[in-house]
Amino acid sequence: MARTLDVNGKPVTVQAADDTPLLWVLRDELGLTGTKYGCGIAQCGACTVHANGQAIRACQTPIAGLDGVKITTIEGLGGSHPLQAAWVRHDVPQCGYCQSGQIMSAAALLADKPKPTDADIDAAMSGNLCRCGTYQRIRAAIKDAAGVVAA
Amino acid sequence: MNAPVKTADALSRREMLSVSAAVVGGALLVGCSPADLLSIGAKELDFGAFGPFIRIAADGTVTVISKHIEFGQGNHAGLAAIVAEELGANWEALRVEQAPAITKVYMNVGFGAQGTGGSSAIANSWDQLRVAGAAARAMFTTAAADSWRVPAAEIRVADGVVSHPGSSRSATFAELLPAAAKVTPPKTPTLKDPKTFTLIGTDRVRRKDAVAKSTGAAVFTQDVRKPNLLVAMVAHPPRYGATVASFDASAAKKVPGVVEVYKIPTGVAVVASNTWAAHQGRAALKVAWDESKAEKRGSDVLLSHYRDIAAGRLTPDGEAKWQVFDQHGAVTGPAPQGKTVEVAYDFPYLAHAAMEPMNCVAEIGGGKNKLTFGSQIPTIDQLNTGRIVGALPGSVEIETLFAGGSFGRRATFQSDYVAECVHIAKQVGGGRPVKLVWTREDDQGAGYFRPLTHHALKVVLGTDGLPSYWRHRIVTQSIQKGSPIPAPKGPDGTAVEGAMGSPYLKATPVVDAQVSLPPVGVPVLWWRSVGATHTAFVMEHTVDQLARAAGQDPVEYRRALYRKAGATRHLAVLDLAAQKAPWGAPAAGWTQGVAVHESFGSVVAQIAEVKLEDGVPKVGRVVTAIDCGAAISPDQIAAQMEGGTCYGLSAALFGEMTLKDGVVQQKNFDTYRVLRMNEAPTVETYILPSGAKPSGVGEPGTPVIAPAVANALLTLSGKPTTALPFVKSA
Repeated sequence: MARTLDVNGKPVTVQAADDTPLLWVLRDELGLTGTKYGCGIAQCGACTVHANGQAIRACQTPIAGLDGVKITTIEGLGGSHPLQAAWVRHDVPQCGYCQSGQIMSAAALLADKPKPTDADIDAAMSGNLCRCGTYQRIRAAIKDAAGVVAA
Repeated sequence: MNAPVKTADALSRREMLSVSAAVVGGALLVGCSPADLLSIGAKELDFGAFGPFIRIAADGTVTVISKHIEFGQGNHAGLAAIVAEELGANWEALRVEQAPAITKVYMNVGFGAQGTGGSSAIANSWDQLRVAGAAARAMFTTAAADSWRVPAAEIRVADGVVSHPGSSRSATFAELLPAAAKVTPPKTPTLKDPKTFTLIGTDRVRRKDAVAKSTGAAVFTQDVRKPNLLVAMVAHPPRYGATVASFDASAAKKVPGVVEVYKIPTGVAVVASNTWAAHQGRAALKVAWDESKAEKRGSDVLLSHYRDIAAGRLTPDGEAKWQVFDQHGAVTGPAPQGKTVEVAYDFPYLAHAAMEPMNCVAEIGGGKNKLTFGSQIPTIDQLNTGRIVGALPGSVEIETLFAGGSFGRRATFQSDYVAECVHIAKQVGGGRPVKLVWTREDDQGAGYFRPLTHHALKVVLGTDGLPSYWRHRIVTQSIQKGSPIPAPKGPDGTAVEGAMGSPYLKATPVVDAQVSLPPVGVPVLWWRSVGATHTAFVMEHTVDQLARAAGQDPVEYRRALYRKAGATRHLAVLDLAAQKAPWGAPAAGWTQGVAVHESFGSVVAQIAEVKLEDGVPKVGRVVTAIDCGAAISPDQIAAQMEGGTCYGLSAALFGEMTLKDGVVQQKNFDTYRVLRMNEAPTVETYILPSGAKPSGVGEPGTPVIAPAVANALLTLSGKPTTALPFVKSA
């Protein structure tokens, strides 16, 4: 029961069953391992990808509902996204495991609100856990990428 | 100056690991070092002209080989900078690579085993990598001097270029490489004068992995892909110490993608062609557990048992018997008269909850014994793997990857999740790669927690307001008992460090401090900053209560104690933090709290601004001062202070693992609440200039924030905090 998904601008054929979470299809079947498993219950945000530009948790998204939906993963962000450049400038990552999800949540935020306030950042980013505690630098990097003067 | 890494904790761990090394094969061979023994069977590698830590490619690119795992601490940047500074390499082009597991070559100088922990990566590598870099620089210098017929003393090496200003000659590393590689490396090369450092101590020392970790390209264990890879998940018992009584795999085996089901010592493993199939297969398993030997006590029962012991209502015996960790002055007879503070504290079990749940890839059989994963203590993982597969530990190959955090969790003496993976891969056999994937629930349920701990204190103040008598009782679980090797003499250092050696005890004329370590069936482990996770809170929050009883300012009170104890480094960081905050002048609406603590050779002072929002502590600006010896990467030190503070604050605010009748209650982030973006403080870091050797940075930032917040709340409410977390769930 093959199914076609639109991932990072390309149609891809996958074999997984309908109820399989998008996360495992991306990672195991398509080899896109930048999207991480952290909790499996949409509590940590490590699996954040975009569905038609909206940040979603891939661990709780069965592939059955994704016909015609444009999926973008960290690999699809291109590497030279202003947020990625800001992440490097601020040396944001520590262990790095959560950062794909952090960047995808931040990218959805900036697409929606190009000049986010602190409250916007809190609202958009509080679903993404970082156990290394890089929150302060994430906030600074988002503001840098957005051209907003840090508070 | 001070000896940076010789905390009681570091010493006890070193002793243990040395012993562990010596027991290989069950015998200590005279004349053969443990590290040599542990390396028998390792592939003989040709490290090249510049030794095991430096490789220089034909194009001149310098690669630094790191013997330490990078799981967030930023040590790869620091280690590489030490080499780059001494060698005179081009920092921007320099690469870092993870060392293979070869104990005799890559052991932690402080451990006697290859491994990362105790915030020791930079401290134990400092001399070693300076010598390696300086020797390589000397080889290029000799090659250039010979070729140009100029005095070696006139040659300069910087940014990958060797030059002789007098004759205007210069050559790149690439050009000189063939000649330099033939020079015999000097054993005692001349090191740079730290005053001439151009890289170390500057903000040019940046992470080497930031791009890979901002693009999804960095490879973690979770991401390993190999031909014919199988994915395994394990059904674990609900209580510690339970075993498999029987199981029915018929439904599991019908799940598409499930390949086989195996019984292993820790449960029942489902092996499948992909992760989701393994997950669904495990869900379809039926397992009956034998709980006859399981730990069935709840954390509430354990805590009340600990309180009974501390209060003298129970007299502990056997291994729980009281052990003295500091006793001086006239401790017999009644306590002296005077203003008295009596207080007791409870600390819960804590899970490490690294973002990447524990996992491992093993290939066993067909002439292979290979592990690919984030190995924190490769020597121990080799030992445990060797025992399971019947091979020499040194012959077990380990490729160490980035790990998505650890905070101590990947360093168990049993190699728990590694051994589990090896058992499965051994049954699969043929060297076929098996990736063990733990779900968050497996990770949270597996134990190896920061121990549940209780402290009870009675402190009497003298006429000067300073403590004249200090009675201290700690009841906790021994971390070292989890080790397969005999514990060193005296009480478990990881249970008392931070109280033991405290300047406050030093400054008190009469001290009676003891610890009881009752046996409990819940596996426990070091958790970022280990004993300091509770001792820093107890010492620092108690001292604020003493200052209050004495009617003195908490910063002034500490200064008096540090002067009395000769704790000059404590005094210096306190002064620096107090000046930068500044102490006594919080932002409007905020209340300040102060705390100071030494761990892993470094001393950290914090002044936190706190307010209550709907009864919940909100932490804003946190001014941090650290003395960590020579600062190699100021920005990475700041990052560790920021991260360590968040880790400590997360636990202080919300962290609590409870067991109901022996069953863990918080198995995912919906019930184990951790700090989020909107709750994160803003940390400012100030580094005390120091000429001493580097000391720890990864852990010392963690234990200080909880007492700093409690002290602010004490000022706000007048009430001490006698149990963590501040915010109780449900």
